[in-house]
Amino acid sequence: MKCEEAGHVCDKSQYKEASFWEKVKLNIHLLYCSVCRKYTKNNAQLSEILIKSDIKTMPLNDKKDLKEKIHQEMSK
Amino acid sequence: MSNNQLNPNLWVDKYSDYLFNFTIVRVNDSEIAKDLISETFLAGLKSKDNFKGEATERTWLISILKRKIIDHYRKINSNKGKAEVRITYSDEESEGDWLEERVSDPFDKNAEDLILNSELGTAIYNCLDNLNEKHALIFKMKTIDNFDTEAICKEFDISASNLWVIIHRARKAMADCLNKNWF
Repeated sequence: MKCEEAGHVCDKSQYKEASFWEKVKLNIHLLYCSVCRKYTKNNAQLSEILIKSDIKTMPLNDKKDLKEKIHQEMSK
Repeated sequence: MSNNQLNPNLWVDKYSDYLFNFTIVRVNDSEIAKDLISETFLAGLKSKDNFKGEATERTWLISILKRKIIDHYRKINSNKGKAEVRITYSDEESEGDWLEERVSDPFDKNAEDLILNSELGTAIYNCLDNLNEKHALIFKMKTIDNFDTEAICKEFDISASNLWVIIHRARKAMADCLNKNWF
């Protein structure tokens, strides 16, 4: 496995979209690649902090409503 | 120094998530949050001639929103102004117990956690600002809203491998930025 693929599998696994074999191959790659080890660590930390922050976004429907409202108000 | 300009057509795309996150940790109700933000945008439109361009658009909107949130607090407080105070302890010995019960209320969300979360949320949104607008949108949909890869690809008319390249760059930039500004 090359670093590029390792990074990709690592990204996918943050979203639980990596397959079992991909993860096995990634872990073997990590045994000898410190660059990817560092990336994997940072990436996992990012996932963790995003969960911990409990960050919220506005629901899509609400955004559409708001856009319409602003549009209406502006064309008055 | 008046190079900041208002562009209300882009307000929802650029700021609604940020404002929503800011509001929801303070009012804890998504309907109310939505209403307050709606009021904020409308108030902003009404007073857009007063905008001098000294602050950024976002700072200016936040200052309006803060006032809306305070008004909201006042309103709910005046509603319960005459709320009953129930102290059911009948004998003198247990009179002080209610205070202790309140102190140890496990359902009362820890205030420090709340502040920490709201600051962390702000730090994350500040880092998102450094990303290209479309990439930020895609990253948020994938990571915070948990949309399917397929749904996002459709929405933005990109291939799955395109999406993963964008996600990879965004994650790298976000990790770097948060490392600098948070850890």
